[in-house]
Amino acid sequence: MTWFLVHFAQVVFYCLAACAVAGAVGVIAFRSPVHAALSLLATFLAVAGLFVLMEAEFLAAVQILVYAGGVMVLFLFVIMLVNARTIPQEPQYLGRLAPAAVGLGALLAVLVGVGLWAAAHGNPGDASSLRQVQGVPLGNTEAVGWSLYRDYLLPFEVVSIVLLVAMIGAIVMGRKETGKEGGA
Amino acid sequence: MANPWVLFLLVPLVKIVVILGVVILLAAYLSFFERKILAYMQIRIGPNRVGPRGWLQPIADALKLFVKEDILPSRAEKFVYMLGPVLVTAPALVVFSVIPFGTGFKLFGAEVTPYLTDVNIGILFILGVSSVGVYGIILGGWASNNKFSLMGGLRSAAQLVSYEVPMGLSVVTVLLMASSLSLVKIVEAQRNSGVWFVFPGFIAFFIYFVCGVAETNRNPFDLPEAESELVAGFHTEYSGMKFAFYFLAEYANMVVISSIATVLFLGGWLPPFPNWLAGVWAAPVFTWIPTVIWNAGWFLVKMFAFLFVYIWFRGTFPRYRFDQLMALGWKVFIPVSLVNLMAVAFGVLLIGGSR
Repeated sequence: MTWFLVHFAQVVFYCLAACAVAGAVGVIAFRSPVHAALSLLATFLAVAGLFVLMEAEFLAAVQILVYAGGVMVLFLFVIMLVNARTIPQEPQYLGRLAPAAVGLGALLAVLVGVGLWAAAHGNPGDASSLRQVQGVPLGNTEAVGWSLYRDYLLPFEVVSIVLLVAMIGAIVMGRKETGKEGGA
Repeated sequence: MANPWVLFLLVPLVKIVVILGVVILLAAYLSFFERKILAYMQIRIGPNRVGPRGWLQPIADALKLFVKEDILPSRAEKFVYMLGPVLVTAPALVVFSVIPFGTGFKLFGAEVTPYLTDVNIGILFILGVSSVGVYGIILGGWASNNKFSLMGGLRSAAQLVSYEVPMGLSVVTVLLMASSLSLVKIVEAQRNSGVWFVFPGFIAFFIYFVCGVAETNRNPFDLPEAESELVAGFHTEYSGMKFAFYFLAEYANMVVISSIATVLFLGGWLPPFPNWLAGVWAAPVFTWIPTVIWNAGWFLVKMFAFLFVYIWFRGTFPRYRFDQLMALGWKVFIPVSLVNLMAVAFGVLLIGGSR
């Protein structure tokens, strides 16, 4: 029982991690698009749980609100509109991309490995610095707000412009061509 | 109380059981109140056969649904079909874990709070969890393999995603005024500033209320289950227990929206007009009432006032057309709530929030 209490966080971590990985595998393994979307949803929820475990509850809430509550609902909406019950069994042309996939996978593995090694051997950093700004202790939400709108204001604005451009592009492409104007 | 297990496990467990029981009973009796109020509005009598004046009607309805045959359509996606009612009911009930019904009180020498937990991201937690409830409706509609169900599910997906935005924006105005995400702190901010947020934020309150009606698929925004067009919308194929869960979730969600409105805009458990009526509330008749019951009583009064307006809406307004609904959401509520948010932000900057 004591062992359980001491390692409670680790037990929860491995359960959530297993859920996240299983969901990710399900996304590519299921043939029905709705089932794939549902397993992506499971992954999102498990990752939100991992955020909670790291005491980043603001990120967890936003993860659920934005990804589970917004993005995935739109995915499902589109999947149901095109009414694709299962992906048709057609010859797969993705086979010739296999070497590229293996190469990219190896690169990713190396990068993640280096990152993990650096995290394990480098300076762990002072986690408490995230909890206070100018010596004032802050909650999670305030800490995110401070670093986003003070330290990283310019990247934040650039990202929002990129998103705006993407949105305008989507509207232009989705617009029906009207009359002689010939659309945008 | 020396045993940490008692505080760690037993107290929350008891609270969970009490909150769940109260909420489920509330949801069941809400359907009874709805039938009664609608009946009086339409000059009828309403259910009055089961028990004295029909008061046992919800119990009878629940028993009937429990023992009815649970039909599984032969062409349905079985797993997703089963998942639908679970996904719609669980979030509606989970939300109540953070809603504060009052302040802490002493019970057998220990400090007990009349809410399960006070997380510092309370309102985000509520928005996030309740946004998961949409899946129950969409997936249920899709898995039934019925065109009416699918149409209902699609309609509700579009409607809920659209109305979540102005709803979130109107909640943000409250956060600006309270400068906290915790529901307990929001109520305390209203106590400290001496004014409920419904007065400075009446536009946000109105938007929140209308969006809340849309989010719970209630009349006049009940297009996902419009009976004259879609039979019963997303739950056409559901029967027995599974239908009961959809039914429970709809009414529990109404209670959720009303509770959040009470906490954010109507001062939660605070008695009204503490500045003017402080003398009245300090009268011996009232101070005799235990604090818990006093607080929870005010909470329930405000919540039921809100629920009454819900039912009043249903008795009054005809249903919107779907394009009207979408136009209202995107072309009216989102711009208005954005402008309102900026106005409130400037106001908080000039006057200063509650901090």
